[in-house]
Amino acid sequence: MVKVKVNDIEVDAGPKDNCILAARKAGVEIPHYCWHESLSVVASCRMCLVEVGETKPDGTIAMGPKLVPGCQTPIKDGTVIRTDSPKVKAAQQMTLELLLLNHPLDCSICDQAGECYLQDYTYKYGKAHSRLDEPKLQRMDKYHIGDQIALFTDRCVMCTRCVRFTREISGTAELQVVARGSHEEIDVFPEEPCNNKLAGNVVDLCPVGALCSKDFLYKKRVWWLKQAESVCTGCSTGCSISIDQNENKVYRLRPRPNPEAQGHFMCDEGRFGFKYIHDERRLSTPRLSVALASGIESQRKTTSANFAPDLNFADLWPTALTKARQKIQDAIKADPSSFVAVFSPFMTVEEAYLLAKFIKGIHDKARLVLGPVPSVGVDDKYPKGPKGESPADGNVKFTIRAEKCPNRLGVEAVLKHFEGSVVRIESIAQRPNAHAWYIVGGYTSGWVTEAIDKAIGTPSLLIVQDIFPSPLSERADIVLASGSFAERDGTYVNHAGLAQSASAAVRAPGEARADGRILMELAGRTGLFNAMALRKEIGAAIPELSVLGSGDLGDQGVRLVRFAKQATAAAT
Amino acid sequence: MSDSEFKPVLLGRVGRPNSQTLASYRADGGYEALAKALKMANTEVIDVVKASGLRGRGGAGFPTGLKWTFLPKDVKGPIYLCINGDESEPGTFNNRVLIEEDPHQVLEGIVISSFATRSTTAYFYLRYEYGRCYRVLKQAIDEMYANNLLGKNILGSGYDLDIYLHRGACAYICGEETGLIESLEGKRAWPRIKPPFPAIEGAFRRPTVVNNVETMACIPHIMKHGPEWFQTMGIPKDPNNPRDAGSYGPKLYCISGHVNQPGLVELPMGITARELIDKHAGGVWKGRSAKAVIPGGISMGFMSSAELDTPLDFNGPGRVGCLGLGTAAVVVIDDHTSMVDVLYNACRFFAHESCGQCTPCREGTAWSTKILERIREGRGKLSDIDTLLEISASIGTIPGTTICGLADGAAWPIKTAINKFRGEFEEYIKSGRRSESPVLAGAH
Repeated sequence: MVKVKVNDIEVDAGPKDNCILAARKAGVEIPHYCWHESLSVVASCRMCLVEVGETKPDGTIAMGPKLVPGCQTPIKDGTVIRTDSPKVKAAQQMTLELLLLNHPLDCSICDQAGECYLQDYTYKYGKAHSRLDEPKLQRMDKYHIGDQIALFTDRCVMCTRCVRFTREISGTAELQVVARGSHEEIDVFPEEPCNNKLAGNVVDLCPVGALCSKDFLYKKRVWWLKQAESVCTGCSTGCSISIDQNENKVYRLRPRPNPEAQGHFMCDEGRFGFKYIHDERRLSTPRLSVALASGIESQRKTTSANFAPDLNFADLWPTALTKARQKIQDAIKADPSSFVAVFSPFMTVEEAYLLAKFIKGIHDKARLVLGPVPSVGVDDKYPKGPKGESPADGNVKFTIRAEKCPNRLGVEAVLKHFEGSVVRIESIAQRPNAHAWYIVGGYTSGWVTEAIDKAIGTPSLLIVQDIFPSPLSERADIVLASGSFAERDGTYVNHAGLAQSASAAVRAPGEARADGRILMELAGRTGLFNAMALRKEIGAAIPELSVLGSGDLGDQGVRLVRFAKQATAAAT
Repeated sequence: MSDSEFKPVLLGRVGRPNSQTLASYRADGGYEALAKALKMANTEVIDVVKASGLRGRGGAGFPTGLKWTFLPKDVKGPIYLCINGDESEPGTFNNRVLIEEDPHQVLEGIVISSFATRSTTAYFYLRYEYGRCYRVLKQAIDEMYANNLLGKNILGSGYDLDIYLHRGACAYICGEETGLIESLEGKRAWPRIKPPFPAIEGAFRRPTVVNNVETMACIPHIMKHGPEWFQTMGIPKDPNNPRDAGSYGPKLYCISGHVNQPGLVELPMGITARELIDKHAGGVWKGRSAKAVIPGGISMGFMSSAELDTPLDFNGPGRVGCLGLGTAAVVVIDDHTSMVDVLYNACRFFAHESCGQCTPCREGTAWSTKILERIREGRGKLSDIDTLLEISASIGTIPGTTICGLADGAAWPIKTAINKFRGEFEEYIKSGRRSESPVLAGAH
């Protein structure tokens, strides 16, 4: 720790901090554009100019004669940083005036308005008027930068964060600076657009409205968006994300910086892969088969031969869940070892715990198995080399994992506790003595393979809790329409044993319900689903998940004990 | 030594028949200095250069021997020497003459300097426009390889050196040493942030020394005649200023602009601008008088007619508000020329050549050009003058707002022109006149 003074505020900073980080610890903002924690330092935007001095042994302070960029200037014991002197303020005003010289000031039609550092800094540190009398430079917008990326050239402040990202993080180097002086522009080579799997990050990195996501462009003003802190469920990396929604519709996902999970970024697969949650084909109401529904009155008509007409609105869930509970209990009591509950690796730890506890509470012999774990190819590591080769192990800055589910480890921990070991559905499906199934889906797309479909066949009891129709849900006795990741509260454990909490951003479509709520009622537990209370219960009940016991996992999550030991061993 | 008895040193062989060939260079005592140096220890060579007080001729005037001592002592792996032949300061053409007319003099200096700095590879960065220089150098280097002056075991000393010729791509910024290194590495010539300085981490992330062509040309003479001989020329150290390193040795002055005999002359350091113009350039043309003189390339700013008795050594121009001696490219502007036009031309050059990395330089140079363009169209305002001054005060390494000195070079013409000719600017704006005069050659 080194002691520095920022505008007369004494603060302990890290020895490797620069002035910006040290000032941040003192609660002082040093405005900056080009500097980014995970990119190299170029010190070119000159927004972070500060005065720096040192404390002499006799206690006097000697300030340096020049302004220095806060991003490039290291600190040591006794460093004095001033961000509020007239000299610094004049430099900030000048830099902002210069940056705005050729800026079109089209905030009213700019996607970035509201989260734009040019707006924010001009408001805080700039001045109201420009002295430019001459016409501004006008440059062509470039919609061809990438399949997902458009460049509004004249809004660019040439911080080159995007260029450095493609060179240092993705390693694909599509973006570059062309031309010189004030005519400089960001561009790609002809026919070589920026379409790498991490390309969407340049939109987040862009501090102004120059690089915009085509997917989000003109869809929503950002000040209407509400954020929910969640976890990407696209792969087992488990990127910390923020789900931006308005009026129950998700507009975009953005990475939340989390050094424990993934760093500052996320992949495009995750970023743009949320669209399925608003798919019209999603299951939106619980269903009972004709046989089960006999005797229940209904005024509505059915469209399916298998299913009874929709239940009356008020009776919908209570009827379905009462029937389900009763059928499960009957089936387990008749022959416990022929009952199989299938857990999806998309379930949260809380949901897996609720279901496992419920089933095992009826009879210890009822079986719990892990559903299919989707996996595509091999882990995709970045930065790529010049020929697209993967980096050496020590140099990996981002990994898109082959395991395309968020919580295999968490569900496995629950299964191990209740079942003793993790049994995969692939092995149990071949054994013929399973006559009653409770199957949880929640996969992002069709997951019922022909083999699984055939193995399950037409059992005496089939209850499906899923978000999309499948061959199984078509012939199920009871279908429980459940929630996607954006609709769930809960905990996910990523590939490295990091348990992160996610919160729901939107409601499930129609009458569908988040899984936690379904399982609470199914298990006959009173009260509302409360992830934090459940985490405390799980922490006490399952030793491997003891770290969940605090209930609150914070912004960055906590690591399971077994993995924390590994991480310490790796560090030492 | 007075001017009249001064015999050109660096230009001594210029103009002789076949001055570019190795045979003729050897006949004039060439490569004797190299043979002498190779018998010494490399630190002794550095000591000789240090003792001579030779300061870099590229513009900043940093003591050459001192620069060499900044290289880390026990370094494993290669050290590089880069020769800055990207002579792009407007009005400067001394490197060109040295290379075209006497390439072996420069190359001998390079071999000695490489030996002194323990470099086994030297990169000669040559500005693209110098096609003839390239051909002459290439031929000279081939001759050297054929005669064991380059390659393995030079002159039986056990010292190996390779020289690579590298042509730039017409950018002013490549004359900045770290911009040159980036360009050499095949990247966009964006100057690097310092520290680390090139001596610690330069070309290809190795310790690197960057020296100017004229500096290299001085080295063989220093080795041959000794440091004391070198110090017989020029202006000695100012005893009252402990930080002054003196201005020793011969210097090439490029004289251009409105004079009767533009050209390159070699003189001991410290001649005054007036003497240079009157004695060595045949006076101002058409019987006019000089209104302003650029002492060392446009980036150094302007001297007014009242300041012509300033000695052109490393300290002189600084005393009259100029940035420094620069490249000693003296450009004379006669009293029929509008300073508004001259300044416009200067600003246009820097706006064109700003690499665009740092915001203040990228936008400031373009903005000042736009303002001057408007003034020249007759739509100037008196407040423009102060805006120009504010821009010039807020760009550059001296206020600390940019990475390299290009912005200082862009700011100084504005500062000096307005401070020294403010009345002319005000009168121009008030008159509402429109400038039709053609702009000076040089900027494009």
